[in-house]
Amino acid sequence: MAENSTLGDSLRRHGVSRRGFLKFCTATASLMALPPSMVPAIAAALERARRPSVIWLSFQECTGCTESLTRSHSPSVESLIFDHISLDYHHTLQAAAGEAAEAAREAAMHENKGNYILVVDGSIPLGNPGYSTIAGISNLQMLEETAKDAAAIVAVGTCAAFGGLPQANPNPTGAVSVSDIIKDKPIINVSGCPPIPTVITGVLAHFLTFGAIPELDQYNRPKVFYGQSIHDRCYRRPFYDKGLFAETFDDEGAKAGWCLYKLGCKGPMTYNACATTKWNQGTSWPVESGHGCLGCSEPRFWDAGGFYNALSVPISDNSQTVAFAAAAGLVLGAAAAGLNYKTKDEAQKAHGTVTIDDLEKKS
Amino acid sequence: MNEPMDFLIWTRGTAFDIAVTIFVIGVILRLFEILALGRKQNLAEPKGSEFGPGMKTILTRSIPDLGTFRRQPLTVVAGYMFHIGLLVSLIMFVPHIELFRATFGFSWPGLPTPIVDAAAVLAIVGLLAALWHRIMNPVMRKITTWEDWLVWTLTFLPILTGYLAYHRMVNPYPVILGLHILSVEALMIAFPFTKLMHTFTVFLSRWYNGAMSGRRGVES
Ligand code: SF4
Ligand code: SF4
Repeated sequence: MAENSTLGDSLRRHGVSRRGFLKFCTATASLMALPPSMVPAIAAALERARRPSVIWLSFQECTGCTESLTRSHSPSVESLIFDHISLDYHHTLQAAAGEAAEAAREAAMHENKGNYILVVDGSIPLGNPGYSTIAGISNLQMLEETAKDAAAIVAVGTCAAFGGLPQANPNPTGAVSVSDIIKDKPIINVSGCPPIPTVITGVLAHFLTFGAIPELDQYNRPKVFYGQSIHDRCYRRPFYDKGLFAETFDDEGAKAGWCLYKLGCKGPMTYNACATTKWNQGTSWPVESGHGCLGCSEPRFWDAGGFYNALSVPISDNSQTVAFAAAAGLVLGAAAAGLNYKTKDEAQKAHGTVTIDDLEKKS
Repeated sequence: MNEPMDFLIWTRGTAFDIAVTIFVIGVILRLFEILALGRKQNLAEPKGSEFGPGMKTILTRSIPDLGTFRRQPLTVVAGYMFHIGLLVSLIMFVPHIELFRATFGFSWPGLPTPIVDAAAVLAIVGLLAALWHRIMNPVMRKITTWEDWLVWTLTFLPILTGYLAYHRMVNPYPVILGLHILSVEALMIAFPFTKLMHTFTVFLSRWYNGAMSGRRGVES
């Protein structure tokens, strides 16, 4: 592939029709909440875009994020775009290994100094550098080195964005997120366990189109994808509002598609695009398939109580707390009452009666 | 980056355990104090019965009194608005019912959210009216103690934060949900040691008032 061919050339070479390309641009525009009048501008920008160099680093991760992107469906315009960004280093996907791979990374860093996009999936262990190394280089060192000359960093997945599953209590490896380490680069957090593939490509498309990072929320997530809660966009929401809930996974309510709140749906605390973008090319999404949202795009979702407990239920066993406290209260109360009873009884026994005559006699 | 969620997890975990423990032990000890420590023996000869007049007073004091309404309509109206609004939003909102179910093992059907929402607004307006009355009325101002301000605030905050959380008016969401839970925890901790205890003793004290009057042979 010619180094300086444009994205448009590359797509044409792969047999993507003009129509298919424009359809993708339209979908991207609506995904990014842009007016349809922007479609030609997006198309023109993408058409002209040079293939940006992308270095993808994988640290403490499960490869689920890469799987989400590459295996979710048969080749689409999104995956072609992904194929034709110049993925110069991705140790799961590339053929080279060991020192040859590291050489490729260093070459890409050198050639595109200040211009490459760094994509990271997985968290970084600070407990002991030996917990996760690549070609003998610790994750921390590789991240710091590669981030130094990056134009922007995309933290893909909840592990890279927030620490993720490796950070789950008691966090044995001392896992931290990219933004815990890198403070001086623009970081886009594309959270999710894994993130929706369309969201990953959408963020890259945004960068290609506008040459800048999209507007971000408090967690540095692109607002266009993470601006609304699952709960506010959920098609089961009318049932929540009417008070119609599935009580088990196979009762009449579940069959009728009622709200899954009581079965542990964390949709109300979760911000992600599942309810609108859906998964597997718009086929369905977790709540549509009958399972509550786990909150996978939020920090520490794995420590936020049982997946099958309602969001309003305390994390520890509340009935046990109440039972212990009640027992303690009863014992203390009974002891106080017993003591008091004794005092009163003694007073009663010592009680003498006095008549009017007795009183008069004395005076 | 993770602080809002750390905060929410803390309010749903450790802080909740502490608050519930203080609340339960506190309420039980207060009830023991009232019921078991008892009063000094009354040596005067009773002039009438206690039980009947006590029960009657529970009833009469639970119906709004026309005389009070004529003199202080706001006290009666705001009082009812607030109490009904609070009760409905507390025990008829499904997430709250789920908390009761996880704690006590039984539950009841909730109300649709627009009704609960209206009840919360009713409670907020009622509490604000009560506050306005307390500030503007010279007699009320004189008999108000610091405890009244404290109890008003502790009651108002859970309803306000609950309303803000439900409508997602504060970002990020874990912060406002955490504040809602934290404000309830503050309320639970103060509960046994303040006039909030009237929730548990209201009928008991109405009965006692009636019974004492009955014993003395006077109307209550
Ligand atoms: S299923 Fe989940 S996200 Fe959908 S309305 Fe119910 S609680 Fe909200
Ligand atoms: S529905 Fe919730 S848990 Fe499932 S993928 Fe979407 S955000 Fe993650």
